Amino acid sequence: MAKSGKTSETPPAAAPKAATENPEVIAEEYRLRGLQEAYLAAPRYAASDEQLLHFYEQMVLIRRFEERAGQLYGLGLIGGFCHLYIGQEAVAVGLQSALDPDKDSVITGYRDHGHMLAYGIDPKVIMAELTGRAAGISQGKGGSMHMFSTRHKFYGGHGIVGAQVPLGTGLAFAHKYRGDGGVCVAYFGDGAANQGQVYESFNMAALWKLPIIYVIENNQYAMGTAVKRSSAETHFYRRGTAFRIPGMHVDGMDVLAVRQAAEQALAFVRAGNGPVLMELNTYRYRGHSMSDPAKYRSREEVQEQRDHHDAIEHAKTELLARGTSEEKVKDIDKRIRAIVAEAADYAENAPEPALEELYTDVLVETY
Amino acid sequence: MSVQLKMPALSPTMEEGKLAKWLVKVGDVVKSGDILAEIETDKATMEFEAVDEGTISSIDVAAGTEGVKVGAVIAVLDDGEEPAAEAKPASEAKAAEAPAAAAPAEPAPVAKPAEAPVPAAPTPAPAPTSGTNMKVATVREALRDAMAEEMRRDSRVFVMGEEVAEYHGAYKVTQGLLEEFGPERVIDTPITEYGFAGIGAGAAMGGLRPIVEFMTFNFAMQAIDHIINSAAKTNYMSGGQMRCPIVFRGPNGAAHRVGAQHSQNYAPWYASVPGLVVIAPFDAADAKGLLKAAIRSEDPVVFLENELIYGRSFELPELDDHVLPIGKARIMREGSDVTIVSYSIGVGLALEAAETLAAEGISAEVLDLRTLRPLDTAAVLTSLAKTNRLVVAEEGWPVCSIASEIVALCMEKGFDDLDAPVLRVCNEDVPLPYAANLEKVALIDAARIVAAVKQVCYR
Repeated sequence: MAKSGKTSETPPAAAPKAATENPEVIAEEYRLRGLQEAYLAAPRYAASDEQLLHFYEQMVLIRRFEERAGQLYGLGLIGGFCHLYIGQEAVAVGLQSALDPDKDSVITGYRDHGHMLAYGIDPKVIMAELTGRAAGISQGKGGSMHMFSTRHKFYGGHGIVGAQVPLGTGLAFAHKYRGDGGVCVAYFGDGAANQGQVYESFNMAALWKLPIIYVIENNQYAMGTAVKRSSAETHFYRRGTAFRIPGMHVDGMDVLAVRQAAEQALAFVRAGNGPVLMELNTYRYRGHSMSDPAKYRSREEVQEQRDHHDAIEHAKTELLARGTSEEKVKDIDKRIRAIVAEAADYAENAPEPALEELYTDVLVETY
Repeated sequence: MSVQLKMPALSPTMEEGKLAKWLVKVGDVVKSGDILAEIETDKATMEFEAVDEGTISSIDVAAGTEGVKVGAVIAVLDDGEEPAAEAKPASEAKAAEAPAAAAPAEPAPVAKPAEAPVPAAPTPAPAPTSGTNMKVATVREALRDAMAEEMRRDSRVFVMGEEVAEYHGAYKVTQGLLEEFGPERVIDTPITEYGFAGIGAGAAMGGLRPIVEFMTFNFAMQAIDHIINSAAKTNYMSGGQMRCPIVFRGPNGAAHRVGAQHSQNYAPWYASVPGLVVIAPFDAADAKGLLKAAIRSEDPVVFLENELIYGRSFELPELDDHVLPIGKARIMREGSDVTIVSYSIGVGLALEAAETLAAEGISAEVLDLRTLRPLDTAAVLTSLAKTNRLVVAEEGWPVCSIASEIVALCMEKGFDDLDAPVLRVCNEDVPLPYAANLEKVALIDAARIVAAVKQVCYR
């Protein structure tokens, strides 16, 4: 906390007279900016060509997978709620690439397909879960919002807005209790950021110095409610200041910026300093879920994001500028299309769960 | 004139306590606010302050005396004033204020005995295992021992909740755990039920074995989303991949005179949820054996205790590892004419009723459900087949209750064995009132069970 200490130690009441009248200065005092300052000193990760190519590939996988999921939903092969990650790919890819898969854990809400793909979980079993098949990662019993892979330390996939925040704090508690050196990354949206349990968790995580990174994926809309209509403080990275949790705000449309910020946050948390709150500014191109008519924003707004801020295009331009051949990039696109087509085929043709499965897994033990 | 100093009640349910220590002696001059003595209950140690000024003229209960009844005269203070004409009533009125000063919640001790289910319950149940040495222990001690033994056995087990560590538990159930296991495993939380229930559930998903104490289950309504949506459903939703082995425990149901928001039985709520195990023990042996089983279970368990039974003493088997099976009811008293099905505090009332009925020539079998989910339906139906008449006694609301469930079970699976309609004896269908007389009539009692039994026996 050394870096943030100089601004945070002074209670606002004790601030110099002139300063208290200046909202910007007050804001500075509240922000616990040390981590952000360190991050801004070198705001983009120095990825090798190979690493950037890999990030590109993962982002394209998520994009194509989600597009196909949208199609399957339209065909009636996927039911219920289905929340697509299109537009936000750089967040999951940038963050999860920085984690140690042997130690660290991840938890998120219901917009979870991208996080699983970024973790290298087989697209076939994810897609088969979306279509409700026995081969799905939750054997068809969870669906889009409820997917887990304990092998990958991916703990869901939770359908109640904000519930993943205390659950993730509990995962962090377990890391600390065992002393296994792991860090939990708990993702939630700008909508979930207004849930009371989020702040209950912040308090305990800071009090007990738990190893957790809270990641607010600010995609600007909680369902149809723009952040300025729902949030008194729209700078979400400041939401931890009451608990002395340092905040970072990061361009969530730039995978290298995300990765770099993740490195900073992880180093801080791994050193035993307690939680970090990261706000990643991003944008979802599609509706909140497949059943969203999207009347709350203009086509032009969405188009502007796609045309000028798209993370995948951004990465592609950078790859080409670095001298990666167009051929190589196209090869990746082609390979991903094949993988996604195979996953969709598999998910469409895999059998539904046996009827006996209705009664299994209610309890673990027999009493 | 002399003022009698009486044993104060330090909590709504306190009936007696230990006079641990005198801080004054005969002849000492005291003024208002001076600490006179330390009083210990099974829950807490409290200081007893002087309300009046004067000289201690006698000390009537020696330091170290246990079982001093609330209201008993423990010392006399001479306030140096001449006795007025109506000396006696006046001084008594004054003395009666003394306990109130020490304890904000003052029960009316005189009004209590009739209604309290505490008086010596009829000999409960045959010993669970013959040939085992038994010791006497309170339910509170049994619960504490269960947690301590499991924490010694499995380093993944920890306990968290409000006031569980440094305060030793709001109801002293976790007493001594902090000293033995340290602050890493006995964790005081802020007052933030939703948050710490979620943290507990997440820690369980991450491989630990949390025991989450709710100060009372009334406060768990703040956390019920995590109990149900996070803990109960995850194993199913993940196709059996992600477990949540956690115990949510704490007192449930009505205490004494704490009003509607602090007096509710949540057993039917939790027992309706697939994915949960729900346990509500009555005596010390079950409290210990079932809590140990709950901690070892791979499933999320809601463990419903009862404040009014914490201090009651029962025989407890002296075994190295007393673990009982979950999902098994227990015949507490054998009978042939009628079955009384109950759980938790209702079992004590049912046994009391059975004793009364025996004197009137009705032989009642008392069945303690112990586990409410999964329900031991076979035990209920077997007993029904034997007695052909059944009454359910439940300290809780009647609508959509455990009692309703038992009635449905008897209709669906035991209809041919029934010689009379099954009756429910529950609390009145109102939020629990505060006034002593209203509270008394709102709550189930043995007399009502007796009346219902007579009705189904056509007597």
